[in-house]
Amino acid sequence: MIDKYEGVIGLEVHAQLLTDSKIFCSCSTKFGNEPNINVCPICLGHPGVLPVLNKKVVEFTVLMGLATDCTINERSIFARKNYFYPDLPKGYQISQYEEPACEFGVIEITLPDSTKKKIGITRIHMEEDAGKSIHDSGYSTSVDLNRCGVPLIEIVSEPDMRTSSEAYFYLSRIKQIVQYLDICDGNMEEGSLRCDANISVRLRGETRLGTKTEIKNMNSFRNVERAINYEIERQIDILENGGNIIQETLLWDADKNKAFSMRSKEEAHDYRYFPEPDLFPVFVDKEWKDEIAALLPELPFQRRNRFIDSFNLPEYDAEILTQYKDIADYYEKVISSTNDYKSASNWVMGAVLKVMNEEKIEIKNFPISANHLADLINIINNKTISGKIAKEIFPEMLKENKHPLDIVKLKNLVQITDTTAIGIVIDNVLSKFPNEVEEFLSGKEKVFGFFIGKIMQETKGKANPKIVNDLLREKISSTKRIME
Amino acid sequence: MSVTRKDVEHIAELARLKFKDEELQNFTEQLNEILAYMEQLNELDTENIEPLSHTIEGGNVFRQDVVKPSLDREHALKNAPDEDDVFFKVPKVIPGA
Repeated sequence: MIDKYEGVIGLEVHAQLLTDSKIFCSCSTKFGNEPNINVCPICLGHPGVLPVLNKKVVEFTVLMGLATDCTINERSIFARKNYFYPDLPKGYQISQYEEPACEFGVIEITLPDSTKKKIGITRIHMEEDAGKSIHDSGYSTSVDLNRCGVPLIEIVSEPDMRTSSEAYFYLSRIKQIVQYLDICDGNMEEGSLRCDANISVRLRGETRLGTKTEIKNMNSFRNVERAINYEIERQIDILENGGNIIQETLLWDADKNKAFSMRSKEEAHDYRYFPEPDLFPVFVDKEWKDEIAALLPELPFQRRNRFIDSFNLPEYDAEILTQYKDIADYYEKVISSTNDYKSASNWVMGAVLKVMNEEKIEIKNFPISANHLADLINIINNKTISGKIAKEIFPEMLKENKHPLDIVKLKNLVQITDTTAIGIVIDNVLSKFPNEVEEFLSGKEKVFGFFIGKIMQETKGKANPKIVNDLLREKISSTKRIME
Repeated sequence: MSVTRKDVEHIAELARLKFKDEELQNFTEQLNEILAYMEQLNELDTENIEPLSHTIEGGNVFRQDVVKPSLDREHALKNAPDEDDVFFKVPKVIPGA
């Protein structure tokens, strides 16, 4: 029944820009300071003050526009968005409405089945953040205006997404791009990246849009997915029961796993935008645009493609390694000391990411240097140790900042590659288990593993697995010949 | 263009203003007089003229991204009707929260 419908999703993403000072005044943008210390008459909205635009905000916005293939408008203007809320002392937010900074862009997402989809960007505009209301203290609401005037960009997508998973990958892509550009730290939990979703549903094949609702207050990637699924199901339910969707704003409640109508009066949406008389239009001519374009770093999709082309990595690996810039940097440091690109990828995607997730550490604080990890791979490849021993050494390397070879020597773990020595062990094992040898010879291939286990036990895991494998097969087969 | 009494009530609501009956009547008439006066502008042909948001449009006016000292908190809170030395205090915004 649900299959006859499809969801139509557009996202509005707010990204807090990593400038030092606010968008229209010289107060600090620092997060987590004592309340109400980064404020001045301008961001407090005192009468008679004038805002002056921070140049870096324009540069960061244009960077994002260029990274998402937007048209960078030569002229853009600010507008007042009027509404009353205690965390907005001026009674209006300075934003952009007509003539935003950037328009008509596109972001390509990769879905889990590796298909790609282009999501249109309607516009990217500059605006100021509001302060913070703290509702849980006593009979009044406490207001902290430190955040008031912190620069934001709002990235508005076309309604091009059809599922919550597409929305998830689109949002991840935005986070990835702003982190690569180093214009926003992309932390949803701390609110430096925020997302509102416009959602409607329609019968498959229908081209017109249904009535949409807007969901706010989804402060994690997981909540964005859950809230969108919830809302699509709710709307289908209403339509299936013959009802109509009411255009409204809903607040996501993560604890209850439900969205609640804000039930605000119609008036709340009458923002009466008009051009901001206190600020001049912003002009980004070709010369300045080119200057900013020269600052563009390698973008995530470019890096992913380079990883595929230059290091011969599968697309899956390249996508994961380039998800975070600093992990991609770490990987590139590893492969500057080893030419086994695929093993390096396996170690970083596997063991390294696992430890990072479990221990909640960032790659910049990862206890194993890229050099040491590269050498671990190298000493496996030159047969000093086996892959199995490497897995034992890895936790030791995590504990203390030692070169893998030092640990190998200290623990006497150097791999045994001497065929004579290994041959003696194999002969011993075979003579201890004549019954099992019989079994193997009568066709029970499984027993082979049993012998491998015994031999590894005898050599404390230090015997080179390939040599053990080859030699064991050779020796058992010759036993066979003797018995015949 | 003209406004009705209902429009005036709406504008008053948006501005959080409360008016008496006769005031609403009065403002509706006055606003319509102002609008009628402004109607004169429509006599001009503006077909090929770009909208203007500022009477002077020069080049860009920017600040560099440099932090300068803010107000100290005591001064920042000084004009607030209610505060607790740390926060601005306002009536509960979300009832029941």
